[in-house]
Amino acid sequence: MATTTEAAGTTVPTADPMRPEPFEVRHITKETGDTFTLELVSVGGSRLRPFQPGQFNMLYVFGVGEVPISISGDPATPEVLVHTIRAVGATTRAMQKLQKGSWVGVRGPFGTSWPVQQAHGQDVVLIAGGIGLAPIRPALYHVLLHRALYGRVVLLYGARTPRDMLYAKELREWRSRFDVNVDVTVDRATMEWQGAVGVVTKMVQRSPFDPAAAMAFICGPEVMIRYAAQGLQQRGTPDSSVFVSMERNMKCAVGVCGHCQFGPFFVCKDGPVFRYDRIQRFFGMREV
Amino acid sequence: MTIHSLETVLADHPFFRELSEPQLATVTGCASNVVFPPGEFIFREGQQADRFYVVREGRVAVEVFVPNKGPVTIETIEGGEVLGWSWLFPPYKTHFDARAMNSVRALALDGACLRTKCERDPAFGYEITKRFTQLVVARLEATRMQLLDLYGNHD
Amino acid sequence: MIRPGDFVVVEASELDALLGVLRERGHAVVGPTVRDGAIVLDLIERAAELPAGWTDEQDGGHYRLKRRDDGALFGHALGPHSWKRWLHPPTLVRWRARRTEGGFTAEPPGSPPPKYAFFGVRACELAAIAAQDRVFKGGPFVDPAYSGRREAVFLAAVQCGSPGGTCFCASAGTGPRATSGFDLALTEVVGRGRHRFLVEVGSERGAEVAAAAPHRPAKDADLEAAAAATAEAAGRMGRALETEGLQEAMYRRYEDPRWDEVGRRCLGCANCTMVCPTCFCATVEDATDLLGQSTERRRVWDSCFSQEFSYVHGGSVRTSAGARYRQWITHKLATWHEQFGVCGCVGCGRCITWCPVGIDITAEARAIHPGDAEGSRP
Repeated sequence: MATTTEAAGTTVPTADPMRPEPFEVRHITKETGDTFTLELVSVGGSRLRPFQPGQFNMLYVFGVGEVPISISGDPATPEVLVHTIRAVGATTRAMQKLQKGSWVGVRGPFGTSWPVQQAHGQDVVLIAGGIGLAPIRPALYHVLLHRALYGRVVLLYGARTPRDMLYAKELREWRSRFDVNVDVTVDRATMEWQGAVGVVTKMVQRSPFDPAAAMAFICGPEVMIRYAAQGLQQRGTPDSSVFVSMERNMKCAVGVCGHCQFGPFFVCKDGPVFRYDRIQRFFGMREV
Repeated sequence: MTIHSLETVLADHPFFRELSEPQLATVTGCASNVVFPPGEFIFREGQQADRFYVVREGRVAVEVFVPNKGPVTIETIEGGEVLGWSWLFPPYKTHFDARAMNSVRALALDGACLRTKCERDPAFGYEITKRFTQLVVARLEATRMQLLDLYGNHD
Repeated sequence: MIRPGDFVVVEASELDALLGVLRERGHAVVGPTVRDGAIVLDLIERAAELPAGWTDEQDGGHYRLKRRDDGALFGHALGPHSWKRWLHPPTLVRWRARRTEGGFTAEPPGSPPPKYAFFGVRACELAAIAAQDRVFKGGPFVDPAYSGRREAVFLAAVQCGSPGGTCFCASAGTGPRATSGFDLALTEVVGRGRHRFLVEVGSERGAEVAAAAPHRPAKDADLEAAAAATAEAAGRMGRALETEGLQEAMYRRYEDPRWDEVGRRCLGCANCTMVCPTCFCATVEDATDLLGQSTERRRVWDSCFSQEFSYVHGGSVRTSAGARYRQWITHKLATWHEQFGVCGCVGCGRCITWCPVGIDITAEARAIHPGDAEGSRP
């Protein structure tokens, strides 16, 4: 029986967390559609910023603005900060136009993280939808680096169409391993796609993990999280073993601007990773 | 490898669980093993819907043909799932194409035969209708989720 | 030798000297003054700028200045300003950045925090300052802008003798008497041709200032007169808030249709959040010069009543007015407890007075939590 646990604690950086430090763009990868990945390295003298899987940074484009972006790289190699970003507003669209060598201001890391330590000895079920795979990936990197400490490892990923899948090459690599179960589904596809078509929640029902000895990490649109959590409940996984990553408007990232409130919680410091039973009552409510 | 009788396979299947023995026997009486090679159509849109299938192994694509786009897969049915409900509701015509994506082994159930049995034995008919209604509801919920296009742009 | 806990008396005619002592120690004095038909808070130099002989008439959506028949300087309740304007300014430059070869640098503004003396802080306002201390200094992140100002500020409180029509500090548990958290606490005694202040010394700093200003030791008669001046204040509150069980009721009735009813009245004007002494929400703005060479990150007051406040790509989480009102009131009366260990409402009543449609937080609380009047309801 899984022991109940909490989302891992917040790391507050010791330097002035309100002021960004410059980092340099080492590489930009175009992912799919309007999604791209930035790889950032420090500019001579900027502090190394070790992070826990699930945390986020505030990224600043000079003169434009600042946005919270989950860190989607390997926590074991924090010398390169990896962020997968979707261009939806002024700041993220400006980031899309950055080039190798451009500078980006970084504040962070902020927030709670996926409880990867506490999941030792249990099955790990990672459920991601769309760009939600980005904050899940660091957890998978960590688990694979310490593979022997975990039971079954399962990744369930839902995307819009096969062309919208994130990290397609890595997905294929993970799928070819014998110690990870990767199940991918899309909302619709054409004939070339030989995989599953349907909702992620259907995969939860069929996935080979032990519901009584598993911890689940879910990241994606809130509707998807709701249904995935229900699916886990139906399988018999207690809500206290389910962790979800929430998203809200953020300005300060340190709990003093009030924007990211979700009921009594500040998503920037009580989250973004929350134990599901703790937030469940607000999760079902409208306009909270 | 033990070869299970049709009756055992059906009795173990979650869809037919809790049917009484005579009811199960009725269903078995209408069942047969079928195999579809990769790429073959299990049924096409607009045909007489006389059968439904319990997929045992393999993956079936439920497709709609969209002009200018070709066949679009809107759902896949995996091993253990039931394919086809149009046999139970008038006008008993299929609404989609169903194509085997790989080698598919399934149990085919004679819908026309079962329909008659449902009419004659209302208790049995109710059990069957209950199960298919649940199936349709589950598909509807999933379809609605897919319709929400949750991963799409929000503009 | 004056010590914390001592009482001295300062004549009203000597107030200028007291203000002078504060200024000599580098404090810019902020106090109440009449402007634009209201009693606001502003930098003052002389006691003559204080609102002598003025009081106010307050109710839901109603504020009028009225003349008193005495020359009391603090014979009024609260105006639209709160001391948060000075500790948590409406606009604050967080840092400045300049383009450099290849990139940019971001530097702190550099100027030391201003040093204020707040003259005339009510008990409810001391509670509000203590509440904001929890927000800006109580967590793992300490806001340097706030804590710099807060450490430097000299708090000269005033005991309330004339609570207003929308006051409810008594039931909120924050007043009307200030008992701690101040450097000095003044009680005004005016009448029979005399005008003086009983001054309670609350800290070493207060003792030092009192000692340097013209004063005399307090006599029993002074203490009695001061007690009489404020004795009935608790009984003259314009409103009341039932706090027992209120937090639980807010959670229980989170989805109550009452919120939509209030939402139909609420204009989303954000007056309440601006005048509230504990509201702290702020946004950030990046302001760049026309050449794109230098930029400032500014923190600016914001309000949960604005549509954009809860915007996440694609839309806002709280679009309906009812949901935004609910966010504000449940934060104030319930989730503040969770977050900061104390109620967010200090009973000052400003939100009631300055709401253009007179929405009353005590009435809304009563609707959700009737308290003993109707017994407990699910």
